[in-house]
Amino acid sequence: MFPYIPNTKDDEKTMLGLLGKDSIDELFEDIPKSIRLNRSLDLGPPLSEIEVREKIVNMARKNRTAQELTCFLGAGAYDHYIPSIVPHLVFRSEFYTSYTPYQAEINQGTLQAIFEYQTMIADLTGMDISNASLYDGASATAEAALIALDKQKGDTIIVSKTVHPETRQVLKTYMDVKGVKVKEIDIKDGVTDLEHLKDLVDKDCLGIIVQNPNFFGIIEDCSEVADIAKENKALMIMNVDPISLGILKTPGEYGADIAVGEGQSLGNSLNFGGPYLGFMAVKKALMRKMPGRIVGQSEDREGNRGFTLTLQAREQHIRREKAISNICSNQSLNALTATIYMATLGKKGLKEVALQSSQKAHYTYNQLLKTGKFKKVFDKPFFKEFVLETTMDVDKLNERLLEKGIIGGYNLVKSYPERKNQVLFCVTEKRTKEEIDNLVKVLEEIL
Amino acid sequence: MKNYDKLIFEISKKDRIGYTLPKWELENEVEIPENLLREEELHLPEVSENQIIRHYTALSKKNYGVDIGFYPLGSCTMKYNPKINEEMAGLSKFTTLHPYQSLENIQGSLELMYNLSNDLCEITGMDHFTLQPAAGAQGELVGLMMIKAYHKKRGDTKRTKIIVPDSAHGTNPATAHVAGFNVVEVQSDYRGDIDLNSLKKVLDDEVAGLMLTNPSTLGLFERNIEEISRLVHEAGGLLYYDGANLNAIMGKARPGDMGFDVVHLNLHKTFSTPHGGGGPGSGPVGVKENLRPFLPLPIIEKQEENYILNDNYPDSIGKVKSFYGNFGVLVRAYSYILTMGAEGLKRASEMAVLNANYIQERLKEHYYLPIDETCMHEFVLGGLGDQLGEVTTLDIAKRIIDYGYHPPTMYFPLIIPEALMIEPTETESLEELENFIEVMIKISKEAREKPELLKNAPNNTAIKRIDEVRAARKPILKWDRG
Amino acid sequence: MKTPTDLLYSKEHEWVRVEGEIAYVGISDYAQSELGDIVYVELPEVGEDYEVEESFGVVESVKAVSDLYMPISGTIMEVNEDLEDQPELINEDAYENWIIKVKIADKSELDDLLSGKEYQEFCAKEE
Repeated sequence: MFPYIPNTKDDEKTMLGLLGKDSIDELFEDIPKSIRLNRSLDLGPPLSEIEVREKIVNMARKNRTAQELTCFLGAGAYDHYIPSIVPHLVFRSEFYTSYTPYQAEINQGTLQAIFEYQTMIADLTGMDISNASLYDGASATAEAALIALDKQKGDTIIVSKTVHPETRQVLKTYMDVKGVKVKEIDIKDGVTDLEHLKDLVDKDCLGIIVQNPNFFGIIEDCSEVADIAKENKALMIMNVDPISLGILKTPGEYGADIAVGEGQSLGNSLNFGGPYLGFMAVKKALMRKMPGRIVGQSEDREGNRGFTLTLQAREQHIRREKAISNICSNQSLNALTATIYMATLGKKGLKEVALQSSQKAHYTYNQLLKTGKFKKVFDKPFFKEFVLETTMDVDKLNERLLEKGIIGGYNLVKSYPERKNQVLFCVTEKRTKEEIDNLVKVLEEIL
Repeated sequence: MKNYDKLIFEISKKDRIGYTLPKWELENEVEIPENLLREEELHLPEVSENQIIRHYTALSKKNYGVDIGFYPLGSCTMKYNPKINEEMAGLSKFTTLHPYQSLENIQGSLELMYNLSNDLCEITGMDHFTLQPAAGAQGELVGLMMIKAYHKKRGDTKRTKIIVPDSAHGTNPATAHVAGFNVVEVQSDYRGDIDLNSLKKVLDDEVAGLMLTNPSTLGLFERNIEEISRLVHEAGGLLYYDGANLNAIMGKARPGDMGFDVVHLNLHKTFSTPHGGGGPGSGPVGVKENLRPFLPLPIIEKQEENYILNDNYPDSIGKVKSFYGNFGVLVRAYSYILTMGAEGLKRASEMAVLNANYIQERLKEHYYLPIDETCMHEFVLGGLGDQLGEVTTLDIAKRIIDYGYHPPTMYFPLIIPEALMIEPTETESLEELENFIEVMIKISKEAREKPELLKNAPNNTAIKRIDEVRAARKPILKWDRG
Repeated sequence: MKTPTDLLYSKEHEWVRVEGEIAYVGISDYAQSELGDIVYVELPEVGEDYEVEESFGVVESVKAVSDLYMPISGTIMEVNEDLEDQPELINEDAYENWIIKVKIADKSELDDLLSGKEYQEFCAKEE
């Protein structure tokens, strides 16, 4: 017997009796003999809970994580603080053991939470309308490009090289199969080179993608990009850090057509890269081009407010081969996490997290420069990440830091081969003054 | 508080807070020019911690999950979500690992992923797996991208078509479109098998591949699978397996042995990971050796005793997602496979099929059963058939809610009018099945005797039937703060 | 089901009312009843040229979606903007509520369209 299979041998007999069958095998007679598996799967025997736990915990022990070490690594996944009530609520099994809310009457919990999520994301990004979330920030960016491909005329997407390298990789993968060209805008002083953008853009441009703060942590002024997009009838797509929107100018204020981003930092654990959530919010004109689930408010037959999945004619189960996107699921539980996180931090807290992260990053930056062991790479305003150059190979430097219990910054040479000895540090509100001072001290010793 | 119906914004009050943060003693200036700062005020709610707890607890009570009761949602495999899986995925050694940490710090997670890939290979009869896709639909996309890359690499650039049966999930044609293919639909026969003559007509040197769900969306095994495989391969195409229905055949038959070249799985269906109210899922993709060069990057490999992330595959399709996949979901699936072992997975499929057949047999006198054959893990009713009168499948489904169950899948597959697709899974007891059968029989009687009970259903929920037309005509997609 | 005999019809269920060089185009009563409650009509831009049988827009109901096809080639002169906020007008009266007004490019194409009677027979076969 197995703990998740309640039927007993007796039950089995009773049921087979009703079906007029002598054995279970008779139920599988439609499978041609030639392709039946005539052996046991080679997976090992069933394990007890004690054994499963031991096996997995033993694997887990081999990791050394951001909790045991002091993390100054970001680059798209962020070690922000997760308030205790967030996991507490998300682990309610009424939420996590339900399916997509097809039956609105018994899924008002999920539906209302998504409606709240959509409201918060629209507010945060300054856009008109949000969907119920997508897989992650990178694929959300690619989905935004698919909207541009459907909506605009042309064959090219233009993306800044200051956009996260993995986002650009994902974009390219999605565009390649569609036969859409992806052109990259050069970097000038750490930001999108607008002159190069002007050279690249023409009437075949479907959309322009920028990131703010960009991959180097620099806050870009995106207003001119918006103008260039408009002049060339291209969609302006902005990939943004949701925490930064507590203080930074929003995609809505810049006049973006689509805002996307990685929502992990809104209360989701690092989790070795997933599951996270991608958010997407658009101007009203693009409402019916948006991928994924959308929840709308309506009324039941007694006039009570209620929520339901809506605008479904966009989606794959109705539009099939004419759908813009093939996505079915959202990252519902991660979106719920983000919702509860935003409710908990609220109007003041989100600003404070943004500000403290930025203050601590600036303190770290200045302290590191003071050591004389680092030099500035860019001289631009930044948010919670910054780039410094040193004299040592960054991988080697990070090995040394690890010996002292510190996770160092991202080695930029991995994504930008010309950026030798340049490191991207990240500082969130979780880092204390002691931790930062210790980082500075340890680095002084190493270098 | 029975009918608590507030939005979080409606309980917000100026100056309330729900968080605490340490003081930053330096209060240093952050030099950001004014023109880069936000002007519009944030309108996130201001609520206290305990209010948030009550609010979302109240919302959770308006949800129906597998932990509450039977959820026979066809094609979705709503089986029990084991709690040890949740605990393992929640280990802080996993949840606090940054994806860009150095190899020496991430060996545990890589080992788990490596082992899971191997297990999935064995279960499906494939040679390699990628765990990167975030959901089934993204798995499909990865599969078709690899098929495209495979033909391209061989210089076979004419292959622009993907064949999809008319019984397929909507994601199949939608994915083919997103992957830059043209979709050719092929007809199914009365029992959902592909019509071989129709197939032969569309097979030519422009066909890149055929997407197939087996058992089909009608819950029946495609008996001509070997012939289909032969025909598609002879025409130079590849065969794609949509793993939505793998729960029927674990330990019984493997897609790899049936001739499939590419397979995607839904860990949130067959491998017991929770659906989370619509995600996160996970859609690993398995391939045969000839497609290995095209797998998405990075690929996890073992070198002596260590695990590495290998990016050195020049023919790879690239990446479809940041980092390596929905790791937290992978831990749950791995924990499930360890618990069940070979024997348990086979037993799960056997009991899933037995449970489905049992319900089918008991209901066929009371509902219209368009295909009266031994089914696999699910079956499709055509509502009440000719006796339907005014009562639709939607009405039946809503009435099921009144009896405390989640309704089956409605109006899918498209080739069965008034379809009601029932998938009990193996994690339900005979007693639970009996209760459900009793309810279904009762509803079939009500449909004839008191149809208004169905028309007005659900009658017992806090929210009654929602006006979907109104929602779509005049979309209200966020709270209006007035 | 209403099928006025003074209109022409396409096999894609559009109707055409010809007034000199101009044609009004909508969807038939049969089409609206098959779709059910219409929730959205995507309209083309005024001034755009379309070939016969080219898709010029979309109608959506809650559970279905259908492309709109040009019954004749021509230039869009006007779109029925009332449908933007009240798509249900098509359900209320499919013939009163035209979708586009077209400047006809080639009158000979009208010969390929169905009469009311022919269209009725065509729909009967579709059932």
